[in-house]
Amino acid sequence: MINLLNNCEPSIKIDGLSHWFGKGSMRRQVLDSISMQINPGEVVLLTGPSGCGKTTLLTLIGALRKVEEGSLFVFGSQLRGSRRKTRQKLRRQIGMIFQGHNLLRCLTAEQNVQMGSDLIKGISYCDRRDQAREWLLAVGLEDQMSKLPHDLSGGQKQRVAIARALASRPKLLLADEPTAALDSVTGREIVDLLKRLALEQSCSVLMVTHDPRILDVADRLLKMEDGRLLLPIG
Amino acid sequence: MKSDFFQKRRIPLAWLLLTRQPLRLLVAIAGICFAGILMFMQLGFRDGLFDASVTVHKLFDTDLVLMSPRSMSSISMSGFPRRRLIQTMAHQNVVGITPVNWNFLLWRNPDTLSTRSILALGFEPGDPLLKDPNFSSKAQALKNRGRVLFDELSRDEFGPIPDWYRNGRVVETEVAGKRIRVAGLVSLGPSFGADGNLITSRETFMQLLPSNPPGSIEIGLVRLREGSDPDLVADSLNRSLPADVKVLTHQAFIDFEKNYWRTSTSIGFIFTLGAVMGFVVGCVIVYQILYSDVSDHLPEYATLMAMGYQLKTLLGVVAREGIILSIMGYVPAYLAAQVLYALVRGSTKLPVAMDPQRAFLVFILILVMCMGSAVAAMRRLVDADPAEIF
Repeated sequence: MINLLNNCEPSIKIDGLSHWFGKGSMRRQVLDSISMQINPGEVVLLTGPSGCGKTTLLTLIGALRKVEEGSLFVFGSQLRGSRRKTRQKLRRQIGMIFQGHNLLRCLTAEQNVQMGSDLIKGISYCDRRDQAREWLLAVGLEDQMSKLPHDLSGGQKQRVAIARALASRPKLLLADEPTAALDSVTGREIVDLLKRLALEQSCSVLMVTHDPRILDVADRLLKMEDGRLLLPIG
Repeated sequence: MKSDFFQKRRIPLAWLLLTRQPLRLLVAIAGICFAGILMFMQLGFRDGLFDASVTVHKLFDTDLVLMSPRSMSSISMSGFPRRRLIQTMAHQNVVGITPVNWNFLLWRNPDTLSTRSILALGFEPGDPLLKDPNFSSKAQALKNRGRVLFDELSRDEFGPIPDWYRNGRVVETEVAGKRIRVAGLVSLGPSFGADGNLITSRETFMQLLPSNPPGSIEIGLVRLREGSDPDLVADSLNRSLPADVKVLTHQAFIDFEKNYWRTSTSIGFIFTLGAVMGFVVGCVIVYQILYSDVSDHLPEYATLMAMGYQLKTLLGVVAREGIILSIMGYVPAYLAAQVLYALVRGSTKLPVAMDPQRAFLVFILILVMCMGSAVAAMRRLVDADPAEIF
């Protein structure tokens, strides 16, 4: 098993990644020479006190920010000094789930999910819609398809957001505290769902979380403090 | 082709963004519609005025027009010697002439007895004057002294002359302090300069206006041999005639009058300014709507960018919102303008009508308005930083 993973290319490969915020005297380091690697199909949880740079790391991996120092490979393409176009294309292979679900208020649940599947090229409108419906079925929202986000509960919205993230068939899923706004039972459901769907799609998952109740879903646990990655415990 | 459409088809995001907030959409449409109506009305009035200033000018049966160089417009015509018109007969291509007197006289409303200024045209009843083929038979009635033909399209302030005349009443009233009788009705139409018109013989005209020198006329109509070029003849006549008269083609005569209203009065400027204001008001409204729309949805746009949608796709969404707004605002504005034009025609008798050129112009203005505002609102979209939404 270990050999198999080592043979194929890692989804994410980070080497000496550092990042700063602010300018001049206000310049403050948020990431300090981070190095790590995530393999395809792995579920990795990232924990740490707030303000330690977890979210910054996530946005860097998600190609939403420019890399300042160090190297960052996502699916084998270097993000340091990459062009805007390259990052834009890369984002299509990355599914993102946000703390505040960030659904489009003017779209129904089904249309929100279809915004994800619309990113796949070469499939007809009807097929993309069918896919969106299947994803909603997979997250157990088949009865809520034509509802607008404000008619859905927090857990339902988060499930729609997951369906949307998965609908573009990503090979990497980044989630920023997907359970923060949910009660423990719903949170558990969401995480289990995420893990199951990720396994089925064989996509790697990097999840930032504070929630100690969901740590058991992880293949690997990473801890961060003050912009540094602590060595794996145990 | 059809399969290509389904391959490319996406969720109509622009449409949904607009229609899922019906109240805001309604405000936007009302604003654009208002701006459109304002532009339609102002431009309509302006064009109507210019058209109305030449209602009579257009009706003359003529190829060339002689007038005094001192005449500035239909409301300030100067006389020139009738001899000049007769001299044009020397040109081989001239086949007929009609001397016309043109002045404003006071008409007494036979109903209320109040007086009002009316445009009076005097000509020899045997000469051709108007293009209307029925006119020459009506003109026979002018051979008697003190007879006039009254313009049935004149404003109502001149009295219920057409009704009385059709009911068989003998309509007599006072013009310039002298008794006249209405011997028929013609259809000319009021203009900005003249609220009403009457046509009479030169003899009666002289009687009404004895101070007018008998050898002096205000315009001379010249008809040319078929196939001759009016511009060439006008040129050669201008060269051979003294400087106390100038020769214009019929079209140049019309343009001369329109040009007076356009350049020598503030009217054209005022209405154009009104249209510009409508345009600016519309720009502000659409910009406000689109800007707040983009601002409200900024996190959502940022989310789409984080998902991998390109900035140009999102700019396209805002642009499509602009196009949808312009069409949704234009249609009611067009219909409302049609109704308002009809109302204006009814109450002012001015030839204000929807002409396709103006309909197109206003649509382009509304489109420019919406797209310009959309482009301005797009600058806000550039602020959408996908890194901020985590």
